[in-house]
Amino acid sequence: MNGNETIIKVENMTARYGDRLVLDSLSFGVNRGEIFVILGGSGCGKSTMLKHMIGLYKPASGDIKIGDVSIVNANGAERDALIRRFGVMYQSGALFGSMNLLENVCLPLEEFTDLKREARELIARMKLSLVGLAEYAHHMPSEISGGMKKRAAIARAMALDPEILFLDEPSAGLDPVTADELDELIIRLSRTLNITFVIVTHELPSIYKIADRVIMLDARTKKIIAEGKPGELREIHEDEWVRNFFNRKGGGE
Amino acid sequence: MKRKPSSSRATCNGGLTGRQLNLSFTGYLDASTLPYLWGEVRRHLSHKGIESIVVDGSRIDYCDGAGTGLLVYIRQTARRLNAAVEFQELDSGTAGLLAQYPADKLDVRSEKKGQPTNLVWEVGKVFCETLNGLKEHIAFLGELAVGLIRAMLHPGSLRMKDFLLVAENSGAKALPIIAMLGFLVGLILAFQGAVLMKQFAAEIYIADFVGKAVVRELGPLITAIIVAGRTGSAFAAEIGTMKVNEEIDAFTTMGLDPVRFLVIPRVSAATLMTPLLAVLTNLSGMVGGALVMVGLGFPVITYVNRVLAAVTLSDYLGGLFKALVFGLLVSCAGCLCGLRTGEGASAVGSSATRAVVSSIIMIVIADGIFAVLFYFLGI
Repeated sequence: MNGNETIIKVENMTARYGDRLVLDSLSFGVNRGEIFVILGGSGCGKSTMLKHMIGLYKPASGDIKIGDVSIVNANGAERDALIRRFGVMYQSGALFGSMNLLENVCLPLEEFTDLKREARELIARMKLSLVGLAEYAHHMPSEISGGMKKRAAIARAMALDPEILFLDEPSAGLDPVTADELDELIIRLSRTLNITFVIVTHELPSIYKIADRVIMLDARTKKIIAEGKPGELREIHEDEWVRNFFNRKGGGE
Repeated sequence: MKRKPSSSRATCNGGLTGRQLNLSFTGYLDASTLPYLWGEVRRHLSHKGIESIVVDGSRIDYCDGAGTGLLVYIRQTARRLNAAVEFQELDSGTAGLLAQYPADKLDVRSEKKGQPTNLVWEVGKVFCETLNGLKEHIAFLGELAVGLIRAMLHPGSLRMKDFLLVAENSGAKALPIIAMLGFLVGLILAFQGAVLMKQFAAEIYIADFVGKAVVRELGPLITAIIVAGRTGSAFAAEIGTMKVNEEIDAFTTMGLDPVRFLVIPRVSAATLMTPLLAVLTNLSGMVGGALVMVGLGFPVITYVNRVLAAVTLSDYLGGLFKALVFGLLVSCAGCLCGLRTGEGASAVGSSATRAVVSSIIMIVIADGIFAVLFYFLGI
């Protein structure tokens, strides 16, 4: 992609739940404008990694920087400024059930800008149209399908035009066509708005389609087992388990 | 329906030849024959000094997953006894099923079970958890206090739509049940009083008794308990569900404070509604008392005059103030329990339960404190 500026730096990060080690001393970087995928088998700590990157959990040791600011040690004001730079789409969408889609997307605009209602609603409608949900603006989250919820959640995450979007399993549980549409959307947003994407997933078709670079976490060693372009990992990676994962073969353990 | 263990569909014959146990099965090895077969196999395996086991499967007609369980059991027992085991003439399907469960994969100890536990460790763990819980409570109360003060100083920052919605749900919609319970409590009190007072020909004092008791004590208490059951549990369940759905995380990562967004409107609305509900409880309690008095032959006006003479303004306001505090306690407990919900649907249920139980405990404790306080203040 354009340039090699590292926008997110993870440095020797270790994560624990109580006594249980989940991630062991990971280091990697995400470049500006790329679609970066974190993948791995079930239970290897993908979502945990993501939750650390967005500051919901504090790592047991190590550091995570967005730009040059550490999200781990940020004080109140720094943290607020950091949070404004990224948007998050959660696995379930996490739309606010008591508000319709338009209000959901409007909420960040309402809280963090001085825009008038008319302007807010227009911007929110634009974001919804970007994800193809303009005509559902007044639906409640409970009235739309799972795929729509995820798209609406992306629209809400983009409300304040963030530099980075974190997506937690965007295509999990969607039918192939809807999943593909979502992938198209991600590529389109990445190309046109130059948004950096950090995506947690294990949907192989989607990884081949969208990922510029992947890291693969290993549940056994709690470390990164592979890093690179998905096509290369499938063909030439030295570890059999990694090749099997990319070729969708069981029995590699 | 549980079928009786039958030996008609399957049999197990066994016998020792030297130190070798021969087992042979016939018929159907499935969940319905297994209870019988398992007992037989256990009996045969309890012989002392078995060095090898030979299982003859040539006459097994059918063996499913449950039946395979029996074969695996034989194999594991053999391992424990250090005996060799051989399965002869299993058909390919059954042998395939058995091969699905290699011994080394079954005997893996669950990671969680292997953790060392002892009394000191457990006590320490509970202590740390309690300490952390206390820290969370204090932090929550601090955030809440700041939020409530801010909402009072800048009412514009309160989310009016949510506030009104909660006020409607916890206030207006509770009116019928509050009215009914207040009425019944007044009625019951008066009735019980009547039985006692009659002995002294002092029925007229029922009015004093009902008036004081309802306005000072029972009105606020009944109201608070209803609010705990209706509103406190609803808060815990709503916020708990939002927690499970990652909506609370979404607030946090959008830079929005969940306390300001979810807790402040709820707590302020419910706190303001509780004394208003208590007004209705008091009123309907009086009506209940009046009904009994009229039944005893007193005119309504006499009852009203007695009540007005007995109940002072400070009784009344003291009662409402208590209701206000109860409302605050109940709504805080509801929201806090909601925010502390763990993972999964059952966590939401236990949060709601915890909210109601801790609310009621706090109401009673606070009521006790008020009783002492009012006594010394002479209210």
